[in-house]
Amino acid sequence: MVETSDIRVVRCGGSKVNLTPPIISSDSRFVLCTSGDLVKVYSTRTEEWLHSLQGHTNQVTGITLNPANHLQVYSCSVDGTVKLWDFIDGILIKTFVIGCPLFAIYVSEKHTGVLFLHVSMATDSKNECFQLVSVHLPKSAEQEVEAKEMSAVSSHISKNPSCTAFGRGGEYIAFARHLQLNVYFFRKQKTYSFSLKATDKKGAKNAFTCIACHPTDDCIATGHEDGKIRLWRNFIHKKEYTYSTQHWHHNAVNTLCFTPEGTHLLSGGIESVLVQWQYGADNRKEFLPRLGGSILHISASSDGQLFCTSHSDNKITVIESSFKVCGVIQGLVKGDAVLTDLMIDPRSKALVLNGKPGHLQFYSLLRDKHLYNLDIVQQEYIYEAGLDQFEVVKAAFDIKGSWLATVEERGKKSSDLEFFLKLWAFDERTQSFVLNTTITAAHTDRIISMCFSSSEETTMLVTAAEDSQFKAWCQGADADTQQDQNFWSCDFVGSYHKLNPTNCSFSADSSLLAVSFQEVITIWSPDTWEMLTTLCQPPGVIRDLCFGRLSCSKYLLGTTTKNLLCCWNLLTCELEWSTSVDVSKLQPDPFSENVAAFSYQSKHTDLFVFKPSEPRPLFTNKNVCSEKVHRAVFVPREEPLNSCDESTQWLNRSQLYFLTQNMDLLTFSTATEEDRMLSSSKQLVIDDSVAVTPFYLLLGKHRQQQQKLNTQSHPVSDKPQQTQGSVTIKELLHTPAHVLPAASVLCSMFVNSFLISNTGVQQDPLR
Amino acid sequence: MASFKPTKVQFLPKLGEKVTEETLYWKNYKSPVQIKEFGAITKIDFSPLPPHNYAVTASTRIHIYGPHSQEPIRSFTRFRDTAYGGSFRGDGKLLVAGSEEGLIRLFDISGRVALRQFAGHSKAVHVTSFLSDGFRVVSGSDDLSCRVWDVPSAVELSSLTEHTDYVRALAPSKLNPDLFVTGSYDHTVKVFDMRSGSSVMTMQHGHPVECVLLYPSEALLVSTGGRYVKVWDLLKGGQELVSLKNHHKTVTCACLSSVGNKLLTGSLDRHIKVYNSSYKVVHNFDCDASILSMAIAPDDEALAVGMTNGVLSVRHRRHQKDKETLTSRRRRGPSYQVFVKGKNFVPRQDDFLVSKPVKQYLRKYDKQLKSFEVSKALDTALQTWTRTSKPDVTVAVIIELNRRGTLKNALAGRNEESLTKILNFLLKHIFDPRFSRPLLMVGDIVLDLYQQVFHESPVVERLLQRLMEVLGREAELQQELLQVLGILDTLFASLTPRKEVMAHAAPPVAQESQLQAA
Repeated sequence: MVETSDIRVVRCGGSKVNLTPPIISSDSRFVLCTSGDLVKVYSTRTEEWLHSLQGHTNQVTGITLNPANHLQVYSCSVDGTVKLWDFIDGILIKTFVIGCPLFAIYVSEKHTGVLFLHVSMATDSKNECFQLVSVHLPKSAEQEVEAKEMSAVSSHISKNPSCTAFGRGGEYIAFARHLQLNVYFFRKQKTYSFSLKATDKKGAKNAFTCIACHPTDDCIATGHEDGKIRLWRNFIHKKEYTYSTQHWHHNAVNTLCFTPEGTHLLSGGIESVLVQWQYGADNRKEFLPRLGGSILHISASSDGQLFCTSHSDNKITVIESSFKVCGVIQGLVKGDAVLTDLMIDPRSKALVLNGKPGHLQFYSLLRDKHLYNLDIVQQEYIYEAGLDQFEVVKAAFDIKGSWLATVEERGKKSSDLEFFLKLWAFDERTQSFVLNTTITAAHTDRIISMCFSSSEETTMLVTAAEDSQFKAWCQGADADTQQDQNFWSCDFVGSYHKLNPTNCSFSADSSLLAVSFQEVITIWSPDTWEMLTTLCQPPGVIRDLCFGRLSCSKYLLGTTTKNLLCCWNLLTCELEWSTSVDVSKLQPDPFSENVAAFSYQSKHTDLFVFKPSEPRPLFTNKNVCSEKVHRAVFVPREEPLNSCDESTQWLNRSQLYFLTQNMDLLTFSTATEEDRMLSSSKQLVIDDSVAVTPFYLLLGKHRQQQQKLNTQSHPVSDKPQQTQGSVTIKELLHTPAHVLPAASVLCSMFVNSFLISNTGVQQDPLR
Repeated sequence: MASFKPTKVQFLPKLGEKVTEETLYWKNYKSPVQIKEFGAITKIDFSPLPPHNYAVTASTRIHIYGPHSQEPIRSFTRFRDTAYGGSFRGDGKLLVAGSEEGLIRLFDISGRVALRQFAGHSKAVHVTSFLSDGFRVVSGSDDLSCRVWDVPSAVELSSLTEHTDYVRALAPSKLNPDLFVTGSYDHTVKVFDMRSGSSVMTMQHGHPVECVLLYPSEALLVSTGGRYVKVWDLLKGGQELVSLKNHHKTVTCACLSSVGNKLLTGSLDRHIKVYNSSYKVVHNFDCDASILSMAIAPDDEALAVGMTNGVLSVRHRRHQKDKETLTSRRRRGPSYQVFVKGKNFVPRQDDFLVSKPVKQYLRKYDKQLKSFEVSKALDTALQTWTRTSKPDVTVAVIIELNRRGTLKNALAGRNEESLTKILNFLLKHIFDPRFSRPLLMVGDIVLDLYQQVFHESPVVERLLQRLMEVLGREAELQQELLQVLGILDTLFASLTPRKEVMAHAAPPVAQESQLQAA
């Protein structure tokens, strides 16, 4: 077995940013949100990721500003700690160890030094019960403090963190669970509870979904499962409470938020419409529709100038109080499943996969940034639960990246399946894909597999569908249409004994097309559309099919459902070798002969990398992850690594990314790569520490000239000189102004430092 | 924030024939003028001289019509029996016609009484014509003979009895006064040379020949008979060039357009087909009755068609002038200046530009869809104008409603009037393969929704009855088509040669790899 110590599995693409409500700093300059075990800080103006607060060891579940110091933020995590950060500089100030998993955090100005936390009652693992506890933070100078002073405020609270809210500056806390609204008054130490009927005559579902309290008034707004918003008043008296009902949302209200002055109430739900209700005049409302995915959280800045909504498509939208979107922070969109393969756009080298519903997203792996969404379906998205929507199920790029083929599908559940095959041409002028051809009835049944020919001259698309046919599509073959536009039309229809095709693949030079029909692989010549030969290795339906590349191009690899990995030699039409592995994904590297095979056995996935010519793996990694891997892609590197270690050689030219069933995007990184990254980040720190001012630019220019001169005259003495010079200048630039000696004293020294002594050996200017 | 995406109206391929220059040219005729004659019209001939009057032979008369008159400007009625084959001389001053009794009469255009009578045929003379020198007349008769007559002396010059059946087609050569072509019911076409006094070429048409026609170059000969139109190359000694079978009844007449020499054929199946130079049908005229004769005016100004029911239908060419008068009558819209007003301003260098967001204009149904007014959107899409001229828009809205899952809501709660609209739309388009899928769905939903109340409205009930009938018919048709497809499949399968597939008996070299060991 190959040593795997210097190859690590690395998570990339970031985690969800929409798990908890984002918070806006009090000066409205930063947006903070949780992302996995990090807290990320973004700029509200530029939408740029500034830095992250790193320190938790598990999912961060809540963040809130420290009411005592608006430059500090509390974060709680499942790892059982609450951390206090300075979020502008990214410094961890304190860690409070609570000792049990935390799920939400609340603070109030009235209760200084007290945190309110959601903890799980560890009584029963199946029947999850949550408890709201208050924790007194011990005053101590230590970095890590244990806070054990807990007192329960209430048990039996909802696990939804948005069902708990402080009211009127912390006089009471309201929390709802199922059909009961409880209000706990801190002064009276008493809980009042109000309950609704499960359903009324009209079939309304009254369960509470979220809660918000008016900042100055005694009013609690609650959202309900059927889309109603109730405003509760006079709840100080247990019997004489009243409520008024508003109904605009057609589905559950996900979140409610009062503006800091309490003049408006914001609400959002699955419709993806931000509704602003005027407080007091409840029928006056404003809308901001079509924000993206359904709204999960809304938060407002303390001055009320900015709102933040987080959406189900891993997005945070920054909205001005005048209801104008001013910024979008978009993460890698991870839906429930990626239906398309992972692909690489040959032009931008971006990762392409399903994004928002009906879109393809382009994600730059290099910069870890979402580039753009390409609208495939081009229809108005209706935000309604349970509606059967069009989804992009297949996509393929041709080898140059000038064509993109997509298949969108609707009606998987019902009998009438609708699908479209679309072909997109890359437009050089707009630098995006433009719809070229829509084929409405490409096949009579679902398209299973699709691939472009890999030759540079002619592009051809082959689709295989469940109607036991495969079709080849060519550009502009239709002679009847008089316009000489480059539309795509069908060139050839092939079938084999009415068997359903399962996969299709072109060889590296596009001289052969392999189409697998259940257990049989048929080899076709795309020039004459003649079936050359059939290959068969029963039992088991062919699951994956790929040709070898470069020196191994005479081999054809196939995996079957009966745990068999076969390799055929196409010159002799004989089986070269076969082995019994349950391969869930077979991925050839387009830049080398290597093929990666992910095998899922006994609840963990193993990776084998091998060359088709020899049945000995180059690299094996046991237990890559615990879920099945269905999607993988080789991404070409910007600059190849030059590792000569046998186990890491396969990662020299490209990098393997794969997606698990839990929608985690993982990759392999090597030791050399990490070294390089570390060194580059160090370099970055030095560069960054010098602020880009006009002064710096002037100085920088001088320095460059100086360096040039130095290299010309004294290449040997260059190095020490340069470092010394930079140190002195750095010293000068970084010493606070009030500590420096007077400018008149410095000036002569400073000017001296620029002079080039004609003796050649430069004297140290500051000494 | 994305803007509203309007409903996508699918671009659908146009059904039917493709629009080409030829079809546009031949479509550019006005609707026909119908003139009733006394009997079946057997021959129409245009005068070679302007104003191109034409002689129409029907029953016992020959009428001469002017190019735009609907009343005959002259008629020759001195026939005791049915007249046949009235045709002009090259200078348009004389007219010759045969008749049922076997007499051939020669008329002066301006006169009324026959100038000459040629007697000699024992049976009806169906075809007569001047030879191109203008002094001789050739005739073909049911007594199996063709005779050539001298006009000045009114004597028979020669009699040719080579045909073995009725002679019913005749075409004199325009270039050589001694040549003419005859077609007969004995399935042959013969070329006669008066200088030798016998036929010089014989071609087998294979069916009784109804009409022969020479191209102006006289290198090509067209003969029609049975369902076939055949073109012969005379320069290659009468070799068959093409055989066209586009009619499904006997082809009775043929003529050549003067612009581009396009061939037109008329048939008993009531169609006139226009062929292009490669003998593909480019246009089709429909008539009310079986066509017996047809002629086209020089410059294609008018197409006259004679039919068995005695109706002469004349189609005149539409001219650009006519169109102009039509458009000038219409109220003129706002001028170009109105549309570009304020939009062609070029900002100067120091100007501060305030960009205004481009307003998105939406169709009415899109506006209604945007505000989720589904019923109203469907009403808008079903408006008469949209429904009739742009059914694809209506169907697009229906598809959009279905996608939103609100088609049922949109169809529910309608009164008789709007339901009639929907059902009429269904009746018209449900068989269109482009629309049938969404429309069948609409039909299902309508049936589900209104099952209980159908009997209350006789109108709706009747429409449903019709819908059921046509659907049943369509289902039968589909089934038949499937059967035909099956038959064809077996035919093709038996035709393809059996190919021996090389059997690669590949012994599975189950190389136990180290993958497993690893």
